[in-house]
Amino acid sequence: MAADNPAASAKQVLGPDDVRRAVTRMAHEIIERNRGVHGVVIIGIAHGGVWLADSLGAEIERIVATGDEPTAPVLVGSVDASLYRDDIGLRPVTPGAVSDLPGDIDGATVVLVDDVLYTGRTVRAALDAVSDYGRPRAVQLAVLVDRGHRELPIRPDFVGKNLPTSADERVTASADGVVIS
Amino acid sequence: MTPRRATSRSLLTIDDLGADGIVRILDLADHMAEVNRRPNPKVPALRGKTVCSVFFEDSTRTRLSFETAAKRLSADTMTFAVSQSSLNKGESLRDTIETIAAMGVDAFVVRHRSSGAPQLIDQWTQASVINAGDGWHAHPTQALLDAFTVRSALGRTGGLDGLRMAMVGDVKHSRVARSTIAAMRLLGVHVTVVAPRTLLPPDAGDSFADVVTDRLDEVIGDVDVLYLLRMQQERMNEALVPSLREYTSRFGLTAARAAALPSQALIMHPGPMNRGVEIAVDPGELPGSVITQQVTNGIAVRMAVLFDLLGSGRAAPDVDTGLDIITEGGSQ
Repeated sequence: MAADNPAASAKQVLGPDDVRRAVTRMAHEIIERNRGVHGVVIIGIAHGGVWLADSLGAEIERIVATGDEPTAPVLVGSVDASLYRDDIGLRPVTPGAVSDLPGDIDGATVVLVDDVLYTGRTVRAALDAVSDYGRPRAVQLAVLVDRGHRELPIRPDFVGKNLPTSADERVTASADGVVIS
Repeated sequence: MTPRRATSRSLLTIDDLGADGIVRILDLADHMAEVNRRPNPKVPALRGKTVCSVFFEDSTRTRLSFETAAKRLSADTMTFAVSQSSLNKGESLRDTIETIAAMGVDAFVVRHRSSGAPQLIDQWTQASVINAGDGWHAHPTQALLDAFTVRSALGRTGGLDGLRMAMVGDVKHSRVARSTIAAMRLLGVHVTVVAPRTLLPPDAGDSFADVVTDRLDEVIGDVDVLYLLRMQQERMNEALVPSLREYTSRFGLTAARAAALPSQALIMHPGPMNRGVEIAVDPGELPGSVITQQVTNGIAVRMAVLFDLLGSGRAAPDVDTGLDIITEGGSQ
C-alpha cells in the first residue's frame, strides 16, 4: 500500500529537465493561443501554482524577446483562494502568500496556473477570487500535471503532463520534478 | 500543526493562543488586510455563520469593528442590546446566553464589566466565545491588533524579536495593558512599564514586564514603540494621581518628549484619547503615530480571529491534522 510506506513507493514521473521542457512547451502554447502576450496576465494559485506562474512568465518573456514583434513585460501575479473554498470549516486551511494581482484585470486574459489539477475545487475557488478583482475578458487554465478525478466541470487549456492516478495516491510537483507517492 | 488546546474553540485571553497562535493570527490578518484594500472588501468565507455581539458595557469602536469584520467575511450578525433585553426583567446572564444560543449562534463576541464573564459564558455554550474586553482582565483582540500594527508598520514577518516598547499610564486598571504586554512579550518585545506607583498592579514584578519605572524621560530616548494608555478621569476622584496636569507633566507625551523620541519610533494609543492629558500634542503631527492604523487594522485582525475560530477547520471534530491538504498542491 502506498500509504503504508510512502518513501519506498515514491515514484518520480518527471525530472527537472522534463519540467523545464513542459514549461517551455506550455509557454509556446499560451503565446500561440493568445496571438502574443498582449493583455495576458499570468496568475498562480497559492501555494502550488506560484512558482509555476513565475517560471511560465519568465519563459514567455524569454520567447517573446527572441521574436520580431515589439515586447512588453509579461504580467505575473498570484491569488490565494482559501477564503473562497467550499470546504471551509471542514478541514484545516492554511492560506498561502497574500494575493498579489498585477494591476487591473478588467478586460485582460487571465491564465490561472496551478501545479496539479485534481478535483477542480481549488480552481473553482480561484475563479471566484479572481472575479472579485474585476471582469477578465477570458480565463484560461494552465497546469503542470492533470491527474484526473474531477468533481466539477473544469478543464485545463494547457497541460504539462496527463498523469493517470488513483485517488489514494499523492502527487507533488516542483521545479525539481513530479513525484507520485 | 500545533495541538489544539482545550479552549481553542474560543479566544478568552492571549495565553490561549501562545506565541505560535499569535503569529498564525497575524499571518491570517495579512490576508484580511489585503481583502480590506479591495474596492469590494468582502469574501464568502463565513457564509452561513452567525456572530452575535453581546456588550454589557459601552463600546463603539470594538463593537463596530467586530461587526464590520463579520460582515466582510459574509457572516450574519446579531446585536444583543442589554438595555432593551430581558435582563431588565430579571433574566439571568446564563438564561440569556442559552436563549440566544438556541437561535443558532456560532460565535459570541462578549464585553462585560466583570472580569471572567466570557469564561463563564464559554462554559455555558458550544458556540465560540470571543472576549471583547472583560473588566480589568483581558482584551485579546486589542493586543493582536497592536501587534499587527507594529509588525505592519515595521514591515516585519514572524515575531517582533528585539523591539523595545514602553507602556505608559494606568496599567493597573487596563485590560489593554495586560493583554498587549502579554502578547508583545510572547513575540519577543522587551517591555518597560512606566507608571506612577498608584497605577501599577500590586503584582507588578518581573513576570509582568521586563522593567517597571516611574521615569518616562529616562526611557523615552530608547524605545521603538511608545504605547500611551488612556488616563481615566475617575482615577482623580480615587486620589490615585494628584492632578491631570501633574500626570501630563510626568507621564504625558508633551512636545518636548515627542522631540526626545527616536525618529523611527511608533506612537500608539488604544483609544479613546484624552487629548491634553496622556497626549498633549496633536497626534496627527507626529510622524510616528499609528493610532489611526490601529483602528483600521482592528477590522483585519478581528476577521482573522473569526476565521481562525469558525472557518479554519481547527475547531472541527475528527480533523486529521496530519494531512495538511490545502497546502499541498498535489492533493487538490
